[in-house]
Amino acid sequence: MFRSVLEGSAAAPDMMVVVNGVETPAWNGETVASVLLRVPNAGRISPVSGKPRLPYCQMGVCFDCLAVVDGIASTQGCLVPVKPGMRIDIQRGPREIAR
Amino acid sequence: MDADVIIIGAGVVGAALAYGIARKGHKVLVLDGKDRDLRAARANFGLVWVQGKGSGTPAYTDLTVQSSDLWPTFRQELAEAAGSRVDYSRRGGLAFCLSEADYKARAALIDRTHNQRTEGYTEMLERPALERMLPAVTLGNEVVGASYCKLDGHTNPLQLYAALLGAVSALGGQVRFRSPVTSINPVPDGFQVDTPQGNIRARRVIVAAGLATPGLTDPLGLVVPLYAERGQILVTERLAPMLPLPASGLRQTAEGTVMIGATNEKAFDTGVTMQSAIKLARRAQRIIPALGSVRLVRQWSGLRVLSPDKAPIYAESTRHAGLFAAVCHSGVTLAAAHAAIVGPAMAEGRLPQNLAAFSNGRFNVQKCA
Amino acid sequence: MTYDVLIVGAGPAGMSAAVQLSRDGLAVAVVDEQPAPGGQIWRGVERNMSGPVSRALGADYRKGLALVEAFRASKAEYMPETQVWQIEEGWSVFLTSGGRARRVSARIVLLATGAQERPVPFPGWTLPGVMTVGAAQILLKSGGMLPEGRVWIAGAGPLPLLYATQALDLGGRLAGYLDTAGRPGLAVLQKLPGAWRDLAGLAKGAGWLRALRRKVDIVRDVKDLRAEGEGRLEHIEWSRHGKRQRVEADVLLVHEGVVPRIHETLALGCAHDWRAGQGYFAPRLGRWGEASRSGLFVAGDAGGIGGWSAAMVSGEIAALGIAARLGKGGDVEERRRQARLDDRRARALALRPLLDALYPPLRERLPDETIVCRCEEVTAGTIRAVTRTSVPDPNAVKAATRCGMGPCQGRQCGYTVQALLAEVHGVPVGSVAFFNIRPPLKPITLAEIASLEDMETAG
Ligand SMILES: Cc1cc2nc3c(=O)[nH]c(=O)nc-3n(C[C@H](O)[C@H](O)[C@H](O)COP(=O)(O)OP(=O)(O)OC[C@H]3O[C@@H](n4cnc5c(N)ncnc54)[C@H](O)[C@@H]3O)c2cc1C
Ligand SMILES: Cc1cc2nc3c(=O)[nH]c(=O)nc-3n(C[C@H](O)[C@H](O)[C@H](O)COP(=O)(O)OP(=O)(O)OC[C@H]3O[C@@H](n4cnc5c(N)ncnc54)[C@H](O)[C@@H]3O)c2cc1C
Ligand code: FES
Repeated sequence: MFRSVLEGSAAAPDMMVVVNGVETPAWNGETVASVLLRVPNAGRISPVSGKPRLPYCQMGVCFDCLAVVDGIASTQGCLVPVKPGMRIDIQRGPREIAR
Repeated sequence: MDADVIIIGAGVVGAALAYGIARKGHKVLVLDGKDRDLRAARANFGLVWVQGKGSGTPAYTDLTVQSSDLWPTFRQELAEAAGSRVDYSRRGGLAFCLSEADYKARAALIDRTHNQRTEGYTEMLERPALERMLPAVTLGNEVVGASYCKLDGHTNPLQLYAALLGAVSALGGQVRFRSPVTSINPVPDGFQVDTPQGNIRARRVIVAAGLATPGLTDPLGLVVPLYAERGQILVTERLAPMLPLPASGLRQTAEGTVMIGATNEKAFDTGVTMQSAIKLARRAQRIIPALGSVRLVRQWSGLRVLSPDKAPIYAESTRHAGLFAAVCHSGVTLAAAHAAIVGPAMAEGRLPQNLAAFSNGRFNVQKCA
Repeated sequence: MTYDVLIVGAGPAGMSAAVQLSRDGLAVAVVDEQPAPGGQIWRGVERNMSGPVSRALGADYRKGLALVEAFRASKAEYMPETQVWQIEEGWSVFLTSGGRARRVSARIVLLATGAQERPVPFPGWTLPGVMTVGAAQILLKSGGMLPEGRVWIAGAGPLPLLYATQALDLGGRLAGYLDTAGRPGLAVLQKLPGAWRDLAGLAKGAGWLRALRRKVDIVRDVKDLRAEGEGRLEHIEWSRHGKRQRVEADVLLVHEGVVPRIHETLALGCAHDWRAGQGYFAPRLGRWGEASRSGLFVAGDAGGIGGWSAAMVSGEIAALGIAARLGKGGDVEERRRQARLDDRRARALALRPLLDALYPPLRERLPDETIVCRCEEVTAGTIRAVTRTSVPDPNAVKAATRCGMGPCQGRQCGYTVQALLAEVHGVPVGSVAFFNIRPPLKPITLAEIASLEDMETAG
């Protein structure tokens, strides 16, 4: 749904992150929420209605960007800059906590 | 007369009484206070709880058991009358013990309440039995066991409250908010109740205004000794189902959120403190360590409405027949009894013998006053 | 650690206050949840000074670098990627960063938390593909991201126009622009004097609107917007002069102005006033920006929307007030006069009324099926139904419907609930309160909270 203005230019992506186990290019300065908008079907699933959601406000006030970032669940993705090798997993419905 | 019965206070107690009274076909009018009043009805934990209740007050234990047995039918009829949902389940309830000493003390308390009755309904469970009951969680190392009471249950207290108010209206009663009563005045054949919006008359008046009750009844000689105790509660984000039954201090709601609480504090405002949040979070994590990764969404507090022996007060004025007070902690648990027994009795103007133990006379209020 | 002043927010207001307070010899810490200083307007400014994005973002944007550099050079301790999740009188400020909570103490707290976009509910606004114009602009500033496919903008005021211009400059494409403002509408922007035209990023001569029109289809007087699709945005629909229109869409960006962030001041029980002209609550502030709780100051858009230059001045004013409170700063009244702070602020605010006129508060009737609370998915119809038998008290609605109980704490639904209650009861919007705000300001893990006690005993 979004692309980087740098994408397609000769420049290689600044780093790779792992979204649901899949290596995905990412650029310096972008956040986890921005990655979620570029990868198809990466949005969270509402724990209330089970409907898909994508980041809405990008400034920390809507909570539609919640994701599991490096193992930490319900992280506001729009406030976390990407880092090389970062693991981003989608949050589907209500959280399961580890046994 | 504007109504058969006026109830002052549309908390969970006033609303349950009104619902029971409206079901009997009486014309009931409920007056509620200001937006920022104390409202335990919107702050509570949602347990329909029997275990440990009323040690030293057998009549309270009995009433609690009775209400807990009435709850399933009460809930069904209420949901129908209101046309709204009231989540409720009764799979029993737990009280976790985090040390051997804790476990022994709990067992002793259970014994004491049981000795007051013939039939036992609470048992002590050791850790392995507890683990079988909670297959979806790993308990913390310190958990030694728990007491388990098969009569315990839980509800969504906000749905309960909304349904009670809805049912009162549906049954022809009336609820007026923002109508704080300033005084109650005896008149021939009943009472006149003054509010900023005007005066209203009824044959009988029930004051169920929580902690504000004494301010209204004491001037008429109906002395109701009460004190406040603050309880702070934490609630988490929604989780997949993991706690099939509630525990005192820890329960998972039908929505999936986990409620943690409540503290017992000497405080008279509904503020919250980080110190209590820390305490509650630590205890929850000691019981189920995985809760550590769960996010707290909100912290709030409410003031418990307590009499000196913690049991309810259902009292009629000796000077002014037809003026009643109904105040208690555990208004959720007792809602079924309030609707089925206490409300109708007060509307008919006489408290039955089996409620005599709850009179304010037990506190020797003449001396208090 | 005890600071003299803890500042929340490293935008124009927070940074200028920090620079001045540290010059006055005070121990200052600045906390911000973003990874770099700049606030909303100058987000990512250090990184974006080179590269293709910089030029498109405009002159106002590049102006931020000077303040960011002064801030970096100051003695103020800067804590990026750190959220404030609770503030207790005294002052204890609870922070979290990298999954660890801690507490810091300060003699004074300055809230420079800025603004958020006004939530604009309409049927379908929760569909993937719908987001705010501000969000799209943030994506542009923080990773050079442009929306793809059939991109529509719907809204009012300068930000959507600014963004449209920026995106087009970078080679982005827009399918259309829906102007929801009605009168006075877009045309007013052409009359803005120079400084504000610049603010709107439109200092391209008088022909800017025509230039934009050449590239984008602009539809005026748009009403009853609706987004539809299975699992994601597929169509948008609106009415114009009573006629329904429907088009295909992949991305819809919406914007109806900004409102102050007030959760912090609400949670602390500060007095707030309803600003009817702007349609928001703002904390009641004294001459130096002090809120109704002693030792708590507010500067910038958090105290009322004023724009970045007014935010900078109010940061300087608050800094003087704070310095005086802490026995520093010399003759602050004289410094206030010398620096002509009041004049500068008045000038910065002079055109506010005109700008407010561009954001006529939305007063369309929300269809019953509209989701009002994004978190708990409570609809306008449900809220109307419960309030019909109750009083216009948002807290009663919250208890009865769960509206406002989710993680966003009512940030997305508060004003809509207020408007619905006013509508049902036929009372002025301003007479209806906002939700009671309870801690935490941001959801935090139980383990982080539990860890705090150890910290306390340790020191
Ligand atoms: C932290 C906490 C946890 C709890 N957990 C449980 C639980 O798990 N299970 C359980 O059974 N119970 C629980 N309770 C207790 C339960 O919430 C209370 O028993 C109950 O809410 C008390 O209800 P009430 O209706 O008497 O008082 P309130 O809910 O306080 O209502 C009093 C009402 O009276 C009105 N009022 C006051 N003055 C006037 C006036 N002058 N005129 C008109 N109206 C007036 C007020 O506006 C208010 O609406 C808990 C309570 C607390 C505080
Ligand atoms: C999305 C958006 C886009 C905008 N774009 C433009 C534009 O392009 N041009 C323009 O002229 N104006 C723009 N504005 C208006 C502009 O932001 C303001 O006028 C100006 O930035 C106000 O400065 P400030 O210092 O008051 O607040 P801000 O610049 O908003 O800074 C507030 C800072 O506080 C931080 N913060 C808030 N709460 C917390 C917390 N609890 N914990 C930690 N940190 C916190 C935020 O991360 C932010 O960095 C925009 C506003 C928004 C909301
Ligand atoms: S996108 Fe709204 S909170 Fe992150």
